[in-house]
Amino acid sequence: GTGGGSGAMGGSASLIPRDLLGEYQELTFLSKQEILLAYKRFSELLPKEERENAWSARVPKSQILTLPELRANPFQHRICHVFSTSETRDDSMSFEDFLDMLSVFSDSATSDIKSHYAFRIFDFDDDGTLDRKDLEQLVNCLTGQGEESRLSSAEMEQLIQNV
Amino acid sequence: EEPHGAAPVDFLQELPSCQSARRRRGGTQERRPAPLGTAGSRGAAARAMLQERSELPERPAREHPMCMAEKRRTRGSQQADAEHLSRWKKWRRTSSKSLKKALSEVKGLSSHLVLWRHDIHSIEGKFGTGIQSYFSFLRFLVLLNFIIFILMFSFVTLPIVISKYGIFNSTIAYISPKNIEAICTIYEPSNKGLVYFYTYLKDLLSGTGFLEVTSLFYGYYSIDAVWISVTRYNLPLAYLLATFAYLALSFLWIIKRSVEGFKHNLVHDADPFQSYCNKVFAGWDFCITDPNAARLKHRSLKYELQTDLQEEKLKQKIAERRMEEKLRIYSLRIFINIIVIAILSGCFYSIYRVTVFSQENSNVSIRNDTRTDLVNLLVQYLPSMVITLANFIGPLIFSFLIRFEDYTPAFEIKMTLLRCVFVRLASIAVLLFSLWSQISDCGSDKCKPCGYNYKVYPCWESDVGQEMYKLMIFDFIVILAVALFLDFPRKLLVTHCSCKLVQWFGHKEFEISDNVLEIIYGQTICWIGTFFSPLLPAIATIKYFIIFYVKKIVLIHTRKPAARPIRASSSNFFFLVVLLIGLLLAFIPLGLSIARIPSSKACGPFRNFNTSWEVIPDTILQFPTGLQQILFGMASEAFAVPFFVILCIIMFYVIALARAHKRLVEQLREQLVLGGRDKMFLIRKIAEAQRH
Repeated sequence: GTGGGSGAMGGSASLIPRDLLGEYQELTFLSKQEILLAYKRFSELLPKEERENAWSARVPKSQILTLPELRANPFQHRICHVFSTSETRDDSMSFEDFLDMLSVFSDSATSDIKSHYAFRIFDFDDDGTLDRKDLEQLVNCLTGQGEESRLSSAEMEQLIQNV
Repeated sequence: EEPHGAAPVDFLQELPSCQSARRRRGGTQERRPAPLGTAGSRGAAARAMLQERSELPERPAREHPMCMAEKRRTRGSQQADAEHLSRWKKWRRTSSKSLKKALSEVKGLSSHLVLWRHDIHSIEGKFGTGIQSYFSFLRFLVLLNFIIFILMFSFVTLPIVISKYGIFNSTIAYISPKNIEAICTIYEPSNKGLVYFYTYLKDLLSGTGFLEVTSLFYGYYSIDAVWISVTRYNLPLAYLLATFAYLALSFLWIIKRSVEGFKHNLVHDADPFQSYCNKVFAGWDFCITDPNAARLKHRSLKYELQTDLQEEKLKQKIAERRMEEKLRIYSLRIFINIIVIAILSGCFYSIYRVTVFSQENSNVSIRNDTRTDLVNLLVQYLPSMVITLANFIGPLIFSFLIRFEDYTPAFEIKMTLLRCVFVRLASIAVLLFSLWSQISDCGSDKCKPCGYNYKVYPCWESDVGQEMYKLMIFDFIVILAVALFLDFPRKLLVTHCSCKLVQWFGHKEFEISDNVLEIIYGQTICWIGTFFSPLLPAIATIKYFIIFYVKKIVLIHTRKPAARPIRASSSNFFFLVVLLIGLLLAFIPLGLSIARIPSSKACGPFRNFNTSWEVIPDTILQFPTGLQQILFGMASEAFAVPFFVILCIIMFYVIALARAHKRLVEQLREQLVLGGRDKMFLIRKIAEAQRH
């Protein structure tokens, strides 16, 4: 809601206060320009009234999925789920979740971080292991939605044996 | 099943390996959907973590895989810890932080200077990283050619320009021929005063006439030295050293770029486990933003996975082949290889004959007659046309023939590519060889006074330069013409005409490998030609610059990315390897021209020397005797042979080391797999035991 965040903001609605910007630079792998661009993209996802308080706003999952980068991605739902810190488990994302997501996907993130999050994204049933069911769902995501684009069960069997 | 599913996760979190990984990441708990857990054990783990923290090397907060709020907490606790450090350490920490910040600012600024950053980004988003690698490669070549041009220009052409305008009190000392037969020095490039306009156009296209005497070609540089105030600038030496410099620069730059890909290839070889894992876990290209491209990527991934699985089955089938089948297949392969060699030799022979024909017939100077001038132009461009034809037909024939050889699909692709590369690069070699056979055509005493065929080629380096120039111009024209007259009409035809035949023809696919071979061919020509025509890299830079935009437009309007992804050729490493082959191939003709063939006595900076290479021993003889002895010692056998032997020993050592590492990696990988299975087995047993 309105209130708390607006006090901390600088002059124009599209600028982030400097200390917050510095903090984000330290805590993520993004550069200053990238953070500002992320802020712009994030506030575009919000309806006009809420743009003033992009800090505390949470964007619902359906809005996030309209981003072109996520729209074409077969793992869109998993990505939203993994990066979302919403208590209500509705996979909505705040600005900081958004920055986290961009930071992990950026070029300068370490491979440690990337592999950790990749594991969590591919772990479809959230049980901490990548078992056979996870692999099947993963391969089906890769080959596309729709019945005709899936591998036959024999092929899936052979593939899973190999991996 | 629910308790069965929850218990293993619980145990997994208690395993020592999991706990040490968490310890390494730092204090806070990881956010996870909490299973029904044993709080007691986690408390114990947390206490153990606190004890360990003081000995840990510190990791910056952003490297922890946690959400932002927790990273803030981690950073806060790290800073609280830092209060206890000594002043020196505190100062060091803050200075390193500010240094990192400054570096990242500089990096951000310099990324704006990168050429075509936005264009390549958008191509990556729409078409994926395979096609993007082609455009990055093109950008690399533009930069390389630009740097080569700057090198040659500043060391060879600039001093002459400076002295022509008398800046810095400079003068030119032209070469006065010593000890040369007068007959070798006759060289009159035909440069009439007033000619028809079309002669200029013709000269522009073939490098003769007014263009021959400009600084574009070797013949202009008949200069011994340039005196700038009181220093003597030895132009022949500079010319030769600049040539070596640009070759060395290209070599080192390509190797530096290919190191990454090479390391990757060394470890992740054709190991099926690795390739499957790569495809499944890293197969999706997260840069794709266009739904159409996404659909194509899905299809190509499916096709790749199916091909791999089929290949595995095929390999099994091959391993079970009987003796007669093997015999039949090997004899068929030998037969087809003989056909391929026959076709190649046919191509090369025709290139040789056409070059000889063109050289003989274009030296007849017939002026002021349009028709014969046009025919003359055609005759001059005949070698380029034949080479382009061979480069076009060759791949078609190869991809047709390879189907009969019954290889696995991956090997088929590699083999066809190898053959295409060979055709392209070898045709340049054949052209140069035929040129040389003309130049050194010493039958009936034609070259007795000068060592080369001085009557027909008074200034043979300029002639070779002109041939390279013509090849480059023709290549450029062909690329533009194919884009304009083949791709666009094809697209118009396919979208507006719905007859069956045209639809079967289909959209043009953007074949990455073909396009890459094209530009590598152009780059090899540039490398060979720069010695004979110092301003050629500038033309190459402009050519590749324009080709970038042409290809981008063609891609956006007529594209249909290849349905069958060619894995081998989409890798950057493969492009660089072929480029390196082109560079090594360029060394050979240059080496021969510089060291074996006598330099022309009528033009150029090496008039007074036997061969172009001689300028270096000459210069060394002017050094102080101590230095001379060292240099001669280095070139003698007493030094070279032990040096070579030591190099071989080092190389064998490094290869053995690499092999040992590879074996170790495989062993460790096996152990990991077995260890993981053991873990799951034991956990399941414990869970069962707990239930009872």
